Amino acid sequence: MRRTVAALLRKELLIELRSWQSVPAMCLFALTTFVVFHFALNRSSVDGDEAAGILWVTLLFAAILGVNRLFVADAEEGGFDGFLLAPVDRGALLLAKALALLCYLIALELVAVPAFALLLLGPTLGGSLPQLILVLALGDLGVAVIGTLVAALAVRTRARDLLGPLLALPLFVPIVIAGARASAPLLALGGGSAAARWLATLALYDLLFGLLAYALFDFLLDD
Amino acid sequence: MNRSSRHLPHLGGYLGALSVATAALMAIALSLVFFYAPLDAEQGFLQKIFYLHVPLAIVSLSGFVIAALLAIMHLRTGEARWDMRSYVAIHMSLIFAVATLITGSIWARGSWGHWWVWSEPTLVSFLIVFLLYATYQPLRFAIEDPERQSRYASVFAITAGAFVPMNFIAVRLASAYLHPRVLGSTSNLPPQMAFTFVVSLIAIALLFATLCSCELTAKRARMQLRALRRAAEARAGEGEDALAPARRPRSAAPSLQGAGTLAAGAPRGGA
Repeated sequence: MRRTVAALLRKELLIELRSWQSVPAMCLFALTTFVVFHFALNRSSVDGDEAAGILWVTLLFAAILGVNRLFVADAEEGGFDGFLLAPVDRGALLLAKALALLCYLIALELVAVPAFALLLLGPTLGGSLPQLILVLALGDLGVAVIGTLVAALAVRTRARDLLGPLLALPLFVPIVIAGARASAPLLALGGGSAAARWLATLALYDLLFGLLAYALFDFLLDD
Repeated sequence: MNRSSRHLPHLGGYLGALSVATAALMAIALSLVFFYAPLDAEQGFLQKIFYLHVPLAIVSLSGFVIAALLAIMHLRTGEARWDMRSYVAIHMSLIFAVATLITGSIWARGSWGHWWVWSEPTLVSFLIVFLLYATYQPLRFAIEDPERQSRYASVFAITAGAFVPMNFIAVRLASAYLHPRVLGSTSNLPPQMAFTFVVSLIAIALLFATLCSCELTAKRARMQLRALRRAAEARAGEGEDALAPARRPRSAAPSLQGAGTLAAGAPRGGA
C-alpha cells in the first residue's frame, strides 16, 4: 500500500513538474484575487475577521482550480483504466491524489500567504505564524480530502467544471467556519491565539471526511 | 399483465389508505393548531407557524438521512430499486426543505423584522444543506451511463447525508446564540402545545411518506408502461420502427434496468 501510494504520488508530482498545470494557475489566481479584494473593498490593509475571511476565500477558490484539474488527465488519457488493471488497493489512488492536492495547497500557501502579508495584511505576521501554519495545515487536510472525493465524483460527468465547485463549496463551509474563526485572532491588530475548539473542529471534520472518502472512493472507480 | 397489476397499487390499496390517513391527520393537526393549542404569550398568533416549520424541517432532514441509508443499501446490494427510493427521498426532502426555508423566513420576518437572520444557526445550516442537495439532480443529469449514474448518486447521497449532522454542529458552534426559545425541546412546552406539535410532526411525516409512495408508484407504472409498449412494438413487427428509436427517458430519474428499459436496444446506450 505504501509503495503504491508513493509510486502514484511520484507520478502525480512528476506530471505536475513537467506540465505545470495546476500550481502556477492557483498561485496566480490567488495573487489576482488579492488585487481584486483591494479594489473591491477599497482598503489597503485589513486585519482580524476581514483578513481571515479574505485569506480563506482566496485559498479555497484557488484550491478549487486544483480540484477541477485533479482527475482530468486520468479520465481523458485512460489513467483510470491503467490503475484499475494494476493489482493494487484502490484506496491508494485516493490517498495519492489527496497527498498530491495537499502538496499543491502547500505550494500555493507558500506563495499566497507571504503575498497576502505583503499586500493586504495590516499587522505583521511574527509570533502568530506557527499557529497560522497549524490552522492552515488542518484546513488543507480537509480541503485535500473533500476536494479529491468531489473531483472523482465530478470528473466523469458532462459538466465537470461546473459541478466540481458546486459540490465542493457547501462541503467546504465547515472548514471556512472553523478556519476563519481560528485565524481571525492571529491576524488581528493586537495579536492573539487560535481557540482550541476550532482546531478540534477542523481536526474532527478532517478525520470524519477522511474515513468517509476512504469508504466511498472504491465505488467511484468500480467499472 | 397479471404481474404488473399486482405491482401497481390502485387507489383501493395501501396508497389509498395512506392518502386518506394523511388527509385526516393533516386536518386534525391543523384544527389542533388553530383551535386547541394556546396562543404563545410572547409571539401570539405568529408562533403557530412553529407547528408547520419545525415538523417540515425535521422530516426533511430525516429524509436526507434516510436517503443516505437507502444509498448504502444500494451500494451494498447493487439493486436499482434502492437507488430509486433514495432518489425519491432526496427529491421530496428537497421540496420540504424549500418549504422549511420559506416558513422559517416568514417566521424570522415576523419575530425579528428581517427575512433572513444569520444569527439563527439552524436556518443557516439548513440553507447550506439545501445548497448541497440542490446539486444532486444536476449531478445525475450530467452522467449518461445509468449504472454509473446510480452509483455516483449513491456516493453523493451518503456523503451529503453524513455532512448534514456535521454541518449542523459546525454552524451551531459558530453562532453565539442558541436556537429560539420555543425550540429547545418539547419538554419545556406546555402540554397542549407539545401534543399539537407531536400530532403535526406525525401528520407531516405521513405526508412525506404518502408523497414518496405516490412518486415511487408513478415511476414504477411509467416503467412498466414503457416495457409493455416495447414488447407490443416488438410483437407488431421488426420492420416498422417508427416509434421505437430514442424513446429514452428524458429525466435524470433512476430507472429499473430489470424492467427492460435498456434491453430493447435504444440506439445511444450510454458510453
